[in-house]
Amino acid sequence: MAYHSKSLIIAGALTAALCSVASVASAEDAMEKCFGVALAGQNDCKAGEGTTCAGTSKVDYQGNSFKLVPAGTCMTMELPADEAGMMRHGSMEELDRDLPEA
Amino acid sequence: MTQSHFAAALLDPDAPVPVGVIDPRGHPAPKRFAVYRNNVAGSLVEALKAAFPMLVKLLGEEFFAAMALAFLRAHPPKSRILMLYGDEMPGFLEQFQPVAHLGYLPDIARVDQALRESYHSADSTHLPEVEFHRLLGQDIAALRLRLAPSLRLIRSRWPIFSIWAANHDNGPTPKPQAEDLLILRPEFDPRPQLLPPGGAAFLAGLMAGRTLGESLDLATGPIDLAAILGLLISGRAIVGVSK
Repeated sequence: MAYHSKSLIIAGALTAALCSVASVASAEDAMEKCFGVALAGQNDCKAGEGTTCAGTSKVDYQGNSFKLVPAGTCMTMELPADEAGMMRHGSMEELDRDLPEA
Repeated sequence: MTQSHFAAALLDPDAPVPVGVIDPRGHPAPKRFAVYRNNVAGSLVEALKAAFPMLVKLLGEEFFAAMALAFLRAHPPKSRILMLYGDEMPGFLEQFQPVAHLGYLPDIARVDQALRESYHSADSTHLPEVEFHRLLGQDIAALRLRLAPSLRLIRSRWPIFSIWAANHDNGPTPKPQAEDLLILRPEFDPRPQLLPPGGAAFLAGLMAGRTLGESLDLATGPIDLAAILGLLISGRAIVGVSK
């Protein structure tokens, strides 16, 4: 098969692929960063691209590490109360609770 | 006593307590060594349990723990970092007589291990969709794709994706068929995907750095190219394109 006709086949497949991807992309983007809800070692990343900090949180519900959750669910998520009996809630911003001991 | 003698005695319950392991009064301290020996084995079994959740589920905790002891004695960690410990598990299972009747087990271990490798892989930035539209006018067949470091491909003669789905997503009972599995990590959590038939050879070509055209030639039988490219794009697995 000549390169030219093979490129046509691939271009056709790519066009079809791009159409199908566009229809699901909106659902995938509907995630939000939720601080203070991840179990120890199961956080997503905080520092951003180029790092591999996922899974580095030391304690459960660590306030300064986040987990990606479906948009709109972060603030209403039910979490166990802390040792003093205070209710925990997720937050869209970093929290100063449940930090690992230095 | 050298460090390697000490380490060998730790992993072999029948080995004598190393000379020089003594209590404060200078007497040999076999009980203290036994506690340490127990903790080393116990912690490695726990690490393996966390590493191979699907094996634990299929074999049961008790069987897995006993098997993990045999594994860690044959294959002690080579690195002090345990996050990828267990890469020799598939080969070990192929030789381990008590599970010889479960032919799919080594490939299931490969899936568990690949999921963990994918999770710990470096982050990457996927190619935006507009870039793909720009490729349409070019000689695409001559291009090579740069793929995300978190991408993993496992080819199997067993229904490894169906077994994964049955154990994670309450999927239907697996049918006896060969399945190839692709692990994508669009965000931070790796996710297995069933690869359409004919896709594995094509993808293996891309992963080896061949051009799209060369990779297409590797595919045996019919191949649903649009579905495979769609998986890679929606899974954010394409990070660049080069000549």
